[in-house]
Amino acid sequence: MSMKKVSSSVIRLAHGAGGVLQGELINFITQNITYKNVNKGIGVEELDDGATIPLEDYDQEIVVTADGHTVHPLFFPGGNLGILSICGTVNDLIMMGAEPLAITSVIIIEEGFPFDSLEKIVNSFNYTAREANIAIIAGDTKVMPRGSLDKIIMATTGIGLKDKHIRVLDNNLQKGDKIIVTGSIGDHGAALIGSREGLNISSDLKSDVGSLLEIYNILKEHIQNNHIHAMKDPTRGGIAGALNDWANKSNVSIIIEEQKVPIKKQVNAICDMLGLDTYTMACEGKALLSVSPDKAEEILNKIKSTKIGEDAEIIGEVDSENPKKVLLKTLVGGTRFIDMPLGEPIPRIC
Amino acid sequence: MKIPGTELLRSEAFTKKIVENINKVIKSFNRSCRIMHVCGTHEHTISKYGLRSLLPKNIEILSGPGCPVCVCPAADIDKAVELGKRKDTIITTFGDMIRVPATNISLAELKAKGADVRIVYGPHDAVKIAKENPQKEVIFFAIGFETTVPLIGYEIQNGPPSNFSVICAHKLIPAALELLISQSQLNIDGFISPGHVATIIGLQPFYIFSDAYKVPNVITGFEPNDVLLAILMLLNQKKESKFETLNEYSRVVKPEGNKKAQGIINDVFESVSSPWRGIGRILDGGLAIKKKYEEYDADKKFDVQLPKSQDIPPGCSCHLVMVGKLYPYECKLFREKCTPLNPIGPCMVSMEGTCSIYYKYYKE
Repeated sequence: MSMKKVSSSVIRLAHGAGGVLQGELINFITQNITYKNVNKGIGVEELDDGATIPLEDYDQEIVVTADGHTVHPLFFPGGNLGILSICGTVNDLIMMGAEPLAITSVIIIEEGFPFDSLEKIVNSFNYTAREANIAIIAGDTKVMPRGSLDKIIMATTGIGLKDKHIRVLDNNLQKGDKIIVTGSIGDHGAALIGSREGLNISSDLKSDVGSLLEIYNILKEHIQNNHIHAMKDPTRGGIAGALNDWANKSNVSIIIEEQKVPIKKQVNAICDMLGLDTYTMACEGKALLSVSPDKAEEILNKIKSTKIGEDAEIIGEVDSENPKKVLLKTLVGGTRFIDMPLGEPIPRIC
Repeated sequence: MKIPGTELLRSEAFTKKIVENINKVIKSFNRSCRIMHVCGTHEHTISKYGLRSLLPKNIEILSGPGCPVCVCPAADIDKAVELGKRKDTIITTFGDMIRVPATNISLAELKAKGADVRIVYGPHDAVKIAKENPQKEVIFFAIGFETTVPLIGYEIQNGPPSNFSVICAHKLIPAALELLISQSQLNIDGFISPGHVATIIGLQPFYIFSDAYKVPNVITGFEPNDVLLAILMLLNQKKESKFETLNEYSRVVKPEGNKKAQGIINDVFESVSSPWRGIGRILDGGLAIKKKYEEYDADKKFDVQLPKSQDIPPGCSCHLVMVGKLYPYECKLFREKCTPLNPIGPCMVSMEGTCSIYYKYYKE
């Protein structure tokens, strides 16, 4: 079994950063899987937020997601690894149009990790799960010798349920759809970079880590009626990654208006200062939605009525010209492309 | 800190006014215009805000050799790589330097193979690492133009620990501009000059271009409307057959520059003839650490044997792109063999590199 050649001989950090290199890595790992789905449900080749297992004789199907969680620092402004693990899992299920039911967790810990840090992470994990109304039904723990991993990592499986007719998929964007973002972008990525050792940018910016359950609950009717064609939480790779993924999988173009994109002042400041692209900064509690144009205002207003969605905006629309491209109408009226991020954001010099 | 009027710098209404005026002026002299900037950050602003899409077709905006990581010769990177291979060293440098291809491998590849290569935000962080790791030799790979030089000079003046040293690969902008002008086939109608460089060195070093070479020159800021205003100021000079060095970035740049920073540069460094990647050796094109601070000069401290280096790989056109003779998409390798994931030439690496910027923002 020969593996397709990739562009470098070792795994680099950028292979995990949600960009083109990550796609290469996933392809490398998954290319030789032979059995990729159950009952013609969504399987690994779709590379969506999760998979589905349609149940014969039932109108519903099981939705399954898998997620590994690492974050540096473990405790960051606005959250920690435990909160991140639950929210990431719950949000992945919701992005498939599913009601979150249960979660399993694997915790792998480095020898020497302090019990009181573990306690904080586990307490947050349990509390956030209760808030999100999701059961923790199974788990596993491993301890690794000192130096063989960095402190602690978690892996979760999310299990949810949805009606078979609901189609909320990355490849389901339609010409004329409006693109909604449920709040300001880049808060998580910028807060983490700002809090990293050595940079000491003092700001009150917090990560937006949080579950999207409130938005799911208020939009249930629209999900049921397929007014919402796609949902995606722009984590690693930010909205640049998420929108390009959609444009590619749905064979459409997406036109974004920079004026409309909600971005916090602090996020802009950190990105401007370090030469980082705001559109590639991760969010951990935001969603992008592609919705029928005739329902867009109604859906937007419902999202705005929630606590986590008050800054939501319609930021663009879907077109058929220039398929697979994401275009930006800039602040000053120019036009340019938004490209798929290539790897980890690296601050530049001057 | 809020500077009055800065909200105008990203205002679409103001953009429209400037573009209207640009259209009026260019019509009045009925020929095309070639304007060159020499700064990666200017190219970044132009591309990020889609400014070329707003300008009339007969205004060409060319990119000069303004990306500090692009013009850093392969031999200097090879030197950092060789030193990084030693067990007792930590190599520190700015973010986008680590991916630049050199003769054999880049610093990023060296890091993936297990060497201690760290990205820092400034030389002060590198000095801190040296203090925390007294058993290691901490080497700061110093690149950049006049803007980053004073920071490094300041650290050297303040007596960093003896395990700290610097690979000094600094370049100076005015010398490169002069070389470009002397290549007459470029037919440059005006320069958009880097505002942050002028913030340090002042206006005086730029006068030679307008006075002696008769090329209009505008010291320019980095917001979208800064750049558009500079283009308008250049066109107006052209229209009136004037040759001046004007300061668009007066909210930051003082005519005399930053005297304190200049004092640091002059105390620690001396200008030397220096190789620019893809361009060749430029008289007074770079800086070296003066003898009195040579204990911090990695060149003096370590004996590194380097094989012959290769700046421009076969087929690569970076040397032509850097002086505005070729657009990135005119290179045979662009997008086909050379991509930011698999850069063949230096301009495809840094987000200030012209090829990389064209790859990211232009798809035609």
